Amino acid sequence: MDMIDVEIMLAKVLLIVLMVLQAAPIMAWVERRGAALIQNRLGPNRVGPLGLFQSIADAIKAMFKEDLVPAHVSRFYYLLAPIACLIPAFMTFAVIPMAAPITIEGRSIHFQVADLNVGILYVFAVASLGVFGIIMAGWSSNNKFSLLGSLRSCSQMISYELSLGLSVVALIMVYASVHLGEIVQGQAETLLQLGPIAIPKLGIFVQPLGFLLFLTAVHAETNRLPFDLPEGETEIVAGYHTEYGPMGFSLFMMAEYGNMLTASGLLATLYFGGWQMLPGFAYVHGALGLSGNAHILAGVGLQFLSLLLKVIFFMLLFVWTRWTLPRFRYDQVMDLGWKVMFPLSLVNIFITGALIYLGWI
Amino acid sequence: MDISPVFFYLFAGLAIAFSVLVVLKKSPVASAFCLVVVFFMFAGIYALLDAHLIAAVQVLVYAGAIMVLFVFVIMLLNADSPSFDLGRSHLGLRVGAVAACVVLLGLFVYAFRASPLQVPPGALTAAQIDAAGGNTRVISRLMFSEYILPFELTSVLLLAGIVGAVAIAKRKLGAPEGTA
Repeated sequence: MDMIDVEIMLAKVLLIVLMVLQAAPIMAWVERRGAALIQNRLGPNRVGPLGLFQSIADAIKAMFKEDLVPAHVSRFYYLLAPIACLIPAFMTFAVIPMAAPITIEGRSIHFQVADLNVGILYVFAVASLGVFGIIMAGWSSNNKFSLLGSLRSCSQMISYELSLGLSVVALIMVYASVHLGEIVQGQAETLLQLGPIAIPKLGIFVQPLGFLLFLTAVHAETNRLPFDLPEGETEIVAGYHTEYGPMGFSLFMMAEYGNMLTASGLLATLYFGGWQMLPGFAYVHGALGLSGNAHILAGVGLQFLSLLLKVIFFMLLFVWTRWTLPRFRYDQVMDLGWKVMFPLSLVNIFITGALIYLGWI
Repeated sequence: MDISPVFFYLFAGLAIAFSVLVVLKKSPVASAFCLVVVFFMFAGIYALLDAHLIAAVQVLVYAGAIMVLFVFVIMLLNADSPSFDLGRSHLGLRVGAVAACVVLLGLFVYAFRASPLQVPPGALTAAQIDAAGGNTRVISRLMFSEYILPFELTSVLLLAGIVGAVAIAKRKLGAPEGTA
């Protein structure tokens, strides 16, 4: 590994960290404006054009507000909890491929921080650690509402991780790989040829049920409405972050948006072809008339843009769901997880296995 | 196979330190958090051995699932007050415990030093595993061909455990025999 490799690695790490950090303020604005749009009101529109600087104002407020630690908390775990929540949110994004690997002047570059051959398993492993931050926060706060919030988070996490994992098992069976790069490559194959239009073998087409299960399960895993029971403010004040001041709360929000970003990235990568170009992009790429390295780099840019657009779509979907569906009751969440999603994901694996055996996919 | 010694000693040392903390911590939840760190360090050592699949599964199953369940149960039962408070421990008990630890350590060292057994190298080398498509592929292939019977028997064992748990949970306390 020479200096340039190290520089490339550092650039990739920096890009990921910046992307996840930027997700929070941008999404806070999008969420509030989106809520206003759906509820037919204005939303924050005073600070900057369209209220765009509202998040900056909020950040300044959070930094200058007094951040006191309540006397009744277990100090060490109380302060550790937001960090324990935030780190997995950053780590999971590392394996999502942003563009096809390229070779420039004999140096092959992978557009992901870590090209692991256990790919998707790494994501699940790290994502399952995020819940410890929430547990720690609720437990160290010494407040019964906080504790209730983290208990709910625990049980929700255990229930939905099953369906999450099992829905991806079926997908892994189709593409015969756990390597995210290979899954994306596999989605470029042609599933059906309808005259001049070739329908690619996207995850959504071969795994429609799996996609629905995965989408529902990531809503539960990221604690987003309709599954935001850990912080259900009408029932348990603010759940696990009741006792936190401005910065603790901000860190929890950043972790939530980071997790959302990873979830959107995974949805796009697993079911919508990841960096595979959107229809029409390949034509644009050809029409640019570039050659050599410029041609390759333009391709990388377009692939990254494709992934970004898909991710943005899912981020908006998260916001849309939040302001459309009401919160579930606790027993409904458990019923849905164990009596509906879990059997359905097993059925999905069985059907997928049968279809592969018959040679249809 | 070359393991970077710096990382090995880092992971191993932290694993031992946090294992000691698991025992020493008064609060069960704090012990559980320490145990999570221990599992994480083990995963680090597996990753150093190029066993990426085992490392991922270690974190996923032990740290991510089993420990979440442990913490859940501890918090649900509110077992945060030390329920096994023995008061001031007996001096003889302390001396005995330390002596037992020293003897056990000595036995381990002797066993590993003196044992003439050489572990035979596995059928697959690291290069062969890479050529066959990586850890995950090789392990799945072995698990569903050569080791299919033990694999299936393990799942039967787990099923028996689940049935037992349900049987205990469904039993109505205080109900007369035969009506529950």
